[in-house]
Amino acid sequence: MKLKTLGSQIVKKVAERPSTISVSASVLAIIAGLFVGFIVMLIINPGQAFAGLRSILFGPFSDMEGGRSLGNTIYYAVPIILTGLSVAFAFRTGLFNIGATGQLTIGAFVAVYIGVNWAFLGPLHWIVAVLGGMLAGAFWGSIPGILKAYRNVHEVVSSIMLNYIAMYTVTMLIKQTIFNATSARALAPETTARLPQWFLGDVFPRSSINIGIFIAMILVVITHIILNKTTFGYELKSVGFNRDASQYAGMSEKRNIILAMAISGGIAGVAGAVMFLVTGRFMSIENHLMAEGFTGIAISLLGLSSPIGVFLAGLFYGALEIGGFYLQRTTNFVPQIIEIIIAVIIYFSALSLFLQKFVANFLSKRLKKEVQISEGSDVL
Amino acid sequence: MAFVIEMLNITKEFPGIKANDDVTLQLKQGEIHALLGENGAGKSTLMSVLFGLYQPEQGIIKVRDKEVVIKNPNDANDLGIGMVHQHFKLVHNFTVTENIVLGYEDTKKGFLQLDNARKRIKELSEQYKLRVDPDALIENISVGQQQRVEILKMLYRDSEILIFDEPTAVLTPQEIQELMKIMKRLVSEGKSIILITHKLNEIKAIADRCTILRKGKYIDTVEVKSTSNEVLAEKMVGRKISFGVEKTPAKPKETILKVEEVSITDYITQKIVVKNVCFEVKRGEILTIAGIEGNGQTELIHGITGLKPLTKGKVILKEQDITALSIRQKSLSGISHIPEDRQKHGLVLEYSLENNLILQNYFTTQFQNRGFFKFDNIRDHAEKLIERFDIRSGKGPLSQVRSMSGGNQQKAIVGREIDRNNDLLIAVQPTRGLDVGAIEFIHKQLIQERDQGKAVLLISLELDEVMNLSDRILVMYEGEIVGEFDPQKTTENELGLYMSGSKRGKQQ
Repeated sequence: MKLKTLGSQIVKKVAERPSTISVSASVLAIIAGLFVGFIVMLIINPGQAFAGLRSILFGPFSDMEGGRSLGNTIYYAVPIILTGLSVAFAFRTGLFNIGATGQLTIGAFVAVYIGVNWAFLGPLHWIVAVLGGMLAGAFWGSIPGILKAYRNVHEVVSSIMLNYIAMYTVTMLIKQTIFNATSARALAPETTARLPQWFLGDVFPRSSINIGIFIAMILVVITHIILNKTTFGYELKSVGFNRDASQYAGMSEKRNIILAMAISGGIAGVAGAVMFLVTGRFMSIENHLMAEGFTGIAISLLGLSSPIGVFLAGLFYGALEIGGFYLQRTTNFVPQIIEIIIAVIIYFSALSLFLQKFVANFLSKRLKKEVQISEGSDVL
Repeated sequence: MAFVIEMLNITKEFPGIKANDDVTLQLKQGEIHALLGENGAGKSTLMSVLFGLYQPEQGIIKVRDKEVVIKNPNDANDLGIGMVHQHFKLVHNFTVTENIVLGYEDTKKGFLQLDNARKRIKELSEQYKLRVDPDALIENISVGQQQRVEILKMLYRDSEILIFDEPTAVLTPQEIQELMKIMKRLVSEGKSIILITHKLNEIKAIADRCTILRKGKYIDTVEVKSTSNEVLAEKMVGRKISFGVEKTPAKPKETILKVEEVSITDYITQKIVVKNVCFEVKRGEILTIAGIEGNGQTELIHGITGLKPLTKGKVILKEQDITALSIRQKSLSGISHIPEDRQKHGLVLEYSLENNLILQNYFTTQFQNRGFFKFDNIRDHAEKLIERFDIRSGKGPLSQVRSMSGGNQQKAIVGREIDRNNDLLIAVQPTRGLDVGAIEFIHKQLIQERDQGKAVLLISLELDEVMNLSDRILVMYEGEIVGEFDPQKTTENELGLYMSGSKRGKQQ
């Protein structure tokens, strides 16, 4: 009986932590998304709905010959983890960076440009290309930062508009510098500039996985440390939460806003580099905004704006993408089902406050019952 | 006399706390009934229950002897219960009339009919001598008038029971006088009033009976006339409170802060808000700048601490000209600053208590090494201050500051600034909105600082505080220092005349 009270105490402790409630809200959002997706499949083709759900849920394990599907899951997750991280970092410092797409585009172009032209760098080639993409993204991100710091222009407005400027600028620059006229797209980066696979190629043979996942992990750890362990992060968050109090405490709010946006942009720039410094993917000259930047917003929401949460949410997104790929292979559903599921998850993440309240209510009711039961059993 | 409202044995629980524990409140027809308690005693919760915002777990509510269930504010309105909230709920770019009819509009075939409403508002305004122009825009009228619009709103809805939630917190002394007259008039016309407050003077001045809550529990209901302030305070806080501030005569030593001919022009309005202000604060004294809100005190302090640039003049701290230094350099050269608006400037509400306690010195080697925090030191620092300044909160150093009561937020700031051990302590309205217990505590701290040889510059709107704490008093009016006084030799009346601009002297 003592064990039981101890157990319920632990349950209570876990349940009372605020993070428990917010994490369960994210999990609920995911479950709701999958549920809606399942309903849609039931309506379209009841006979295959269960098979469809299975292939969505276990997409990453569909082709386990050498872990191909698992490797590809990670491969698809990396850019999304990075754009999610970019948005989350800005968000934690009180800024809403909707311009991840633009920063990603600029970063991708610079990375590919270096990848095409600077083959003399030899083994350092891909490193320089990634760093170039990062710097370019940081530069692009700092523009709305500067506008906000000195002219109080809202970063949402300026970063959205910069998305289009980035898109057209890059189309123009591709045509002038690294254009492959025969295929009407950008040239492929030299093999030295492509991200190596290292041992990952042996662990996940036949998959496209590369060391992008390590880059993402390093950045997740760095941003986690900056935000939670350093005076720099303390300043960034202070300025985001309360500009007046930060000014009172003698912090330079302008500098901090610009730096926060530059870092956020830099991470998005890396995402761009990682996306295109690969085999078989080329920058296009069709003017369309790259969806990865916007998906990053959703992933940041789902990951509760914490670097580690974003990492997990990004992996989940990669799994869904792969699930969608195998969905159309094994059943006759279209992969758009996946888009629906993701959209529903995003909606529910946006409703996370509501969900959190729901979870909190549920837990408090449950706990009361538990306490009553354990009190009752004490009497017995 | 019959009761118009009876709240019997109300219990309202929130996770982890009983905000109201078996509380009873009975309101007589035609009385002003004060609801007294410290911050966090459960006054607002009780009124929210009456207004239908919360459902009580236990207890019943009777309106005119009939048991009722109030599910939402509309039910409350239907029962004739109206509330003037502490923070007004008005649409700023609407007229008075539009605000009053909002949610209660007269329409004809879908079109708004304002004429009748306007007429009725005018009548009501005259009947109760509220003097509100029904066509004025809210953003163009004073805070006192906005409050009267809120009162009109209730009258327009034929409310018989009026709840005032700390109505004087935002008013000037004159406006408070006016409000009290209005409340008396309302009662004489047959309305009944519940007044939520923690200011004893107001209760003495206007209330008939008083119900006291402490930590969510019902303590007592007393006749105000036959109960002294001391007894009320003791019931409210649960221990004896000393009203007078005990202090020995000041022993001023060398000058710490010297302000020379400081002028400040407001950046937006281009108005001169501080004019040629000169004064000195010496080690071991409390210099108070008294004045009605909005006469340039805020800007002057922002100028001295660097939050606003000076147009002209010099600030000299310990014989060093600090006029041109940055905010941080000024603060490091020896200024502690308890800011006027604790939530705007003083705290990052989203941060934990321990993170707020290092807001002014997080960058020192005590708390960081090469940019990485020393979390053990931060925790020790927080625990030290929590104990020394009796900062109470749910989860100690890890409490989110937003969830703390106003008094404890203020104690956190006071503790942080005093602990920095600077020669100059600037305290701007350090007790604004606090209850007697917290006020007493903060006053003691300020005097203790003085006695330890610090120079204290106090900005205050409360005349009691000015008279009790100061060693010297300056009065500021329209951006200028209009007089210097010795608190032993002056009266509140004299200060009042200078503060309102009816009299002015030469600056010494």
